[in-house]
Amino acid sequence: MKRLVPMWIAIVAGFVMLLSAFFPITESLGETMGDVFNVVAAIAFILGAGSLAKVNLAKISQRDQGWGYAAITLICFAITLAVGLGKFGVPPSAQFPALGWSGEKDAEGSIFGWIYEYALVPITSTMFALLAFYVASAAFRAFRAKNLEAILLLSTAFIVLLGRTFAGVVLTGWLPDWASGLRLENLSVYIMQVFNTAGNRAIIIGIALGVTATSLRILLGVDRSWMGSGD
Amino acid sequence: MKPSKTWVIIVAVIVVLVGIRMSIGQGMARAYVERVDQSVDVKANATHVATTFKWTEWHPVQPKMYEAAQKADANQTRFAFSWANTIGLWLSAFFTLAIFSFLYRDNPGYRLAEAVIIGVSAAYWGVVGFWDTLVPKLFGALTPMLVHEKVLPSLPDPTMGQVVAMYFALALGIMLLMRLAPKGGWISLWPIAFIIGVTAGLKIVSHVESDLVAQTVATFQPLVNLKSADHVTQLWPTIWASLANILLVVGVLCCLTYFFFSVDHKGAVGRVARVGIMYLMITFGAAFGFTVMGRVALLAARVEFLFDDWLWLIDPAGKRIVEMATAVGSMLCWW
Repeated sequence: MKRLVPMWIAIVAGFVMLLSAFFPITESLGETMGDVFNVVAAIAFILGAGSLAKVNLAKISQRDQGWGYAAITLICFAITLAVGLGKFGVPPSAQFPALGWSGEKDAEGSIFGWIYEYALVPITSTMFALLAFYVASAAFRAFRAKNLEAILLLSTAFIVLLGRTFAGVVLTGWLPDWASGLRLENLSVYIMQVFNTAGNRAIIIGIALGVTATSLRILLGVDRSWMGSGD
Repeated sequence: MKPSKTWVIIVAVIVVLVGIRMSIGQGMARAYVERVDQSVDVKANATHVATTFKWTEWHPVQPKMYEAAQKADANQTRFAFSWANTIGLWLSAFFTLAIFSFLYRDNPGYRLAEAVIIGVSAAYWGVVGFWDTLVPKLFGALTPMLVHEKVLPSLPDPTMGQVVAMYFALALGIMLLMRLAPKGGWISLWPIAFIIGVTAGLKIVSHVESDLVAQTVATFQPLVNLKSADHVTQLWPTIWASLANILLVVGVLCCLTYFFFSVDHKGAVGRVARVGIMYLMITFGAAFGFTVMGRVALLAARVEFLFDDWLWLIDPAGKRIVEMATAVGSMLCWW
């Protein structure tokens, strides 16, 4: 019962979605299933919030190492959630000015929009920017022109990087018109359009075949690993 | 030197430098807003009398607009200093420096920013899910009157099928939350099964349609690609275009051969697979180059934020530089 019902739910839901792409009569059913999926996924955020609270509250109550940061996480979570759900500071929409909650949640002047602009965006973009240093450092340590494959990888990265910068244009700008294909910016475009497209296309086709095979195994009930060990 | 001492020195140096910068010329990091008065007339209907709704919105503007307006009229009220946005600017600068500080080593500033982002981003996506999905779809179907009166008057009335579907979704959602309960967590497997099944059904169609079929079709290129101008075939453009198509088709076939593990990569298959590896290495090199470029662009944006929006040091007109140089010169003379 504990494993049979979930397996059949997955099979029925999957086949409804699959059939809705082929038969117009099931199209609306497929759309409704899509809506149900979106709502369940949105409710899953509540599960995530509950889990976050559970883990951090346990850390605080046990005075674990770094419990102060857990408290900051919970405070930030609570404040953002409260101002976002309450739409604090959100001006009403011009279309329905009588309704206080009709404005966009992250409209100019809202506290939620302020948090997004001055906390979420700077921290996430700086974290991604930080990777520039780590990628460069890892490349410096790991990339060694030991064999032909490594040389190809290195030189392609070098050409693509230089070809997209002003330095690349200056370095090979002196080449005559008949050899303009060898200019770094043109070479970079040629690599992207031919070699990179070919490699990526094969990878995408491989991924599509893999996803299709895995999905079919789930829909046919062959693959049940997603249910876990069953305890 | 102990790490704590190092951090004290680093923070002190930053504070002193920022303090000096604040006292030079026009200072730094102030945000200004423009006052925009909104007014909407609502006609009378069955539930409301005719009313005019008025409210004020504050839109961010460049400091130079405020300065120009102040110069023209010192008592103007259209542009104003914004405490909220200025505090936001300083907070952003603090978070940016805190995250960058990890380049040296882990420290309390970085961990503080990390804790903030975990809490804020979890709540952010929760709020987005609530207002963008739960309100229009779930509450719009189960409590349409409330949603019409408070949030979305233009939302169409739900059909019986939508109402039933949303009760089903609510039931699945409650089952999902049972995972947090000490007992009966197994029931959460049912909504997870639904999510897995729907995802599997959707992915088969989308991947076969847009990846497998579309990419295969795009690979069927003419191996002789005639290029002509004024109805005359051009030799070199034709050769280059044909070569590009040949290299593309050969590359895809070789890479697919490399991914085909049901036969041993020996003999002719091995040689073809090796060409596939070469293509893949070029692909990975290009991907690496692109990733680095993307990250460097983000880094440039953060550095621009620090030096332009916060420190007010980037100045294409050159006015601030002159002002700062004069101020620094006079400070040095005084000293």
